[in-house]
Amino acid sequence: MATDDVKLIGSWASVFVMRARIALHLKSISYEFLQETFGSKSELLLKSNPVHKKMPVLIHADKPVCESNIIVQYIDEAWTSSGPSILPSHPYDRAIARFWAAYIDDQWFISLRSILTAQGEEEKNAAIAQVEERTEILEKAFIDCSKGKPFFNGDHIGYLDIALGSFLGWWRVVELDANHKFLDETKAPSLAKWAERFCDDPAVKPIMPEITKLAEFARKLFPKPQA
Amino acid sequence: MADEVILLDYWPSMFGMRTKMALAEKGVKYEYKETDPWVKTPLLIEMNPIHKKIPVLIHNGKPICESLIQLEYIDEVWSDAFPILPSDPYQKSQARFWAEFIDKKFYEPSWKVWATMGEELVAAKKELLDHFKTLETELGEKPYYGGEVFGYVDIALMGYYSWFKAMEKFGEFSIETEFPKLTTWTKRCLERESVVMALADSDRIIEYVYVMRKKFGAE
Repeated sequence: MATDDVKLIGSWASVFVMRARIALHLKSISYEFLQETFGSKSELLLKSNPVHKKMPVLIHADKPVCESNIIVQYIDEAWTSSGPSILPSHPYDRAIARFWAAYIDDQWFISLRSILTAQGEEEKNAAIAQVEERTEILEKAFIDCSKGKPFFNGDHIGYLDIALGSFLGWWRVVELDANHKFLDETKAPSLAKWAERFCDDPAVKPIMPEITKLAEFARKLFPKPQA
Repeated sequence: MADEVILLDYWPSMFGMRTKMALAEKGVKYEYKETDPWVKTPLLIEMNPIHKKIPVLIHNGKPICESLIQLEYIDEVWSDAFPILPSDPYQKSQARFWAEFIDKKFYEPSWKVWATMGEELVAAKKELLDHFKTLETELGEKPYYGGEVFGYVDIALMGYYSWFKAMEKFGEFSIETEFPKLTTWTKRCLERESVVMALADSDRIIEYVYVMRKKFGAE
């Protein structure tokens, strides 16, 4: 496929934007990264995603694609001959990958976020317990999906690795904020090792945000009530 | 080896109706097992341990959960019959976007409009009408959401059709009056046997809603 005009509207701190960037890197696609300013939404973003007004938005040959998991699948399908496959090849494995990606966004992420937005110790502890429970489920999912290989997707990172792995920076920020380790060698040994491998992957390493920078940003986004 | 396909579903489920439509479009023979999701049977727990919900599609003993995921699976496995998703990656991304919109945005007010009262109901009604309007605009003059051919988004939304009458009754609005393009589209979709056979009777759904309203304390 000829090098088409590829733009990505996003932010360095966004988990969802990161998913799109990892997919683009995996496929070695050159793109223009249009960084949104925190606190405002650009004209282009509003025009390209009028329904949700959210990033990321991939604009390929002037056509916008919205929603991170949809963008990742699009990248896999539009650039099918470049780089490794992002989705598994077997329909059943694809269904399982999609199932867990939906679980991550609809269940796991919601409880992770609740830790940052919790009002008071009781609410925070309840959120922590829920993340523990859901992380245990993901640990098992990793064992089932990876079948002894290094990633959810097997030998190389894929859709589900990207779906969860993009959270690793924020996950670490939440661990520091809550003073509680989730990705622990005793509690989630397989996921803990997977996390290291994921962050070391050449498609991920250059764009994983620095934890201190992310923690600072988190303080802006989730200000603590004044004591 | 013959395929063994089982569908665990509950008669009023808009999600199960989608899967039934897709299986019918593909001409797939399957065993239907009526499964009340409020009663967590061992089979349901075994096949959907995470959510314990229906529909669950079981293909040669292996479960696939979540209706939109089932639609993609059905399309990929029975790929020689009627395509559900477009083959063009961009068109496919748009189809996925709108199906997700339906489940992430449209779904919640669609049940809140019959399950809630007072301020919550007012808010749900406004949101539902906004989303119907968005869907009406997106359809535009096209015969189907995907263009000339019935497909993924049509199935995703027609799954809710049996519930439209209940939404209209409790939300106090008329789809025909407010959304003429959607109305024409529903009539077009209702010409398909796969759709008609999958849907539940709208009045039976309203009776079911009365039962659910008591459960939610709205009666």
